[in-house]
Amino acid sequence: MLLRLAVAAGLAFIYVPLIVIAIYAFNSSKILEWPPPGFTTHWFSQAFNNEAAREAFFTSIKAGVAASAIALLLGTLASIAVARHRFFGRETISFLVILPIALPGIVTGVAISNTFTQVLNVPLSLFTVIVGHATFCIVIVYNNAVARLRRLSGSFEEASADLGAHTWQTFRYVTFPGMRSALIAGGLLAFALSFDEIIVTNFTIGAGEQTLPIWIYSNLFRPHELPIVNAVAVLVILISILPVYLAHRLGAEEGGATGGRAAGGGVETEATAVP
Amino acid sequence: MASEAVAERRSAGHRLADLLHGRERLQVGALLAGPVGWLVIGYLGSLALLLVAAFWSVDPLSGATIKEFTLENFESLVNEPVYRDIVWRTVRTALLVTLTDAVIAFPIAFYMAKLASRRGKALLVIGILLPLWSSYLVKVYAWRTLLSANGAINWALDPIGLHGPGYGMTAVWLVMSYLWLPYMILPIYAGLERIPNSLISASEDLGASPFTTFRRVILPLSFPAVVAGSIFTFSLTLGDYITPRLVSNDQFIGNVIFSNVANNQPFAAALAIVPIVVTIAYLLVARRLGAFEHV
Repeated sequence: MLLRLAVAAGLAFIYVPLIVIAIYAFNSSKILEWPPPGFTTHWFSQAFNNEAAREAFFTSIKAGVAASAIALLLGTLASIAVARHRFFGRETISFLVILPIALPGIVTGVAISNTFTQVLNVPLSLFTVIVGHATFCIVIVYNNAVARLRRLSGSFEEASADLGAHTWQTFRYVTFPGMRSALIAGGLLAFALSFDEIIVTNFTIGAGEQTLPIWIYSNLFRPHELPIVNAVAVLVILISILPVYLAHRLGAEEGGATGGRAAGGGVETEATAVP
Repeated sequence: MASEAVAERRSAGHRLADLLHGRERLQVGALLAGPVGWLVIGYLGSLALLLVAAFWSVDPLSGATIKEFTLENFESLVNEPVYRDIVWRTVRTALLVTLTDAVIAFPIAFYMAKLASRRGKALLVIGILLPLWSSYLVKVYAWRTLLSANGAINWALDPIGLHGPGYGMTAVWLVMSYLWLPYMILPIYAGLERIPNSLISASEDLGASPFTTFRRVILPLSFPAVVAGSIFTFSLTLGDYITPRLVSNDQFIGNVIFSNVANNQPFAAALAIVPIVVTIAYLLVARRLGAFEHV
């Protein structure tokens, strides 16, 4: 009974701030004051018509799509190598993949910004943001893919090879269909992670460019913009939660792999045995 | 012509497939070239360059980076009390937040793993996963409004004559504990799931009180999972600069890094070495405690 109360209190603690922001988004007053005096949907239409916010939204989508595409490619390749082959240093791969998310985000941000601006003399831009995001998204795809490959028996691939299929055919007709839903889940999670990331983004984005979190951040200190920020914040929560929900459903059908950011993606799986 | 090109490409693909056939080393090499290239050359390379840049300096007049070895950055880091205070404040907060989250997370994880029905368990997992993934910045901002002078916390506490903490170190501690809580719940939940119920029953059958069972059976078996969760709460706190900026006037390591990155990148690099060293030290301790078997 006491435990139930503790759980209820814990969940309330987790959800109350999100609910409060959702309520503020419909606040009829321009001033953030609790409780809000009335109800309006005015700020949502204002947010949709805000050009800077709209542009930032598309920048975030671009960054998220590009970063998760790179993460999908690299994460899948690494997962097949680790789950299907034995080689020297195999245990190190999991560690290498998890490092960008285990180290504080600020370290990844400074390191990438330092390399581009001080050493390579490449100015910061959306491209450098994508490089940064892809780096910490690899682990998400990798963990989902490795967990799936460990559950799928390798004997199907051996059978395929025995029946005369070459490497591509085996991948195309045997390995890939087995991995597909895990890869979709991984890609969705990588997108969600990239979409609302701000710490690495802040260090790698070019002057004059904005992702949606950066837009929010730069408007937080302007009181008259806050009502629009509230509306955008609610949209951001929905957009970042939807892929996670879908990924969880995809994973749940076949055993679940949305461990997510905690443990870099391998909580419900036993995929991330870091050496 | 187009079909010829396709045939050509196909046969090239075939040739590559033939080449890879039965040659495991070559296959592994082909699979790993991309990811290892990206992470080792790109990422570890960047970290190495960061370490090198930490020993550079900036010309105070022109603002240009002088790429020559100097200990200047580390000297000011160690000698100036401001920076010592900031490092100590950050590490102290990280430890405090970790401890707080462990205490809050354990009962929730225990209920999820051992007491909830199948359905309840599934609901709780998704109920904790969704806020974990929802925007970090929005969550900090939500707390900024909650804690503000005319925010919901003061509104709720006012009738009983109390006041919320307002902005400051208490707020930072509260918000960070909030932000990283799911990162602690999920590993502990996974760790507790692995403890067979029969062990708990056996302990009860042998006459242990619930408290004794907790202390002598459940806690030792789940402790590595707690340490695994703590890696995230600890490392995330070390690197956060947005929470201190939004709910306090106090500086954390991250704030100083951020304010130096534009004008004095070498000093920012030297500062970034601090969380790296602290995190690695923490990881080594965690490994000793067996955390990695449970991540």
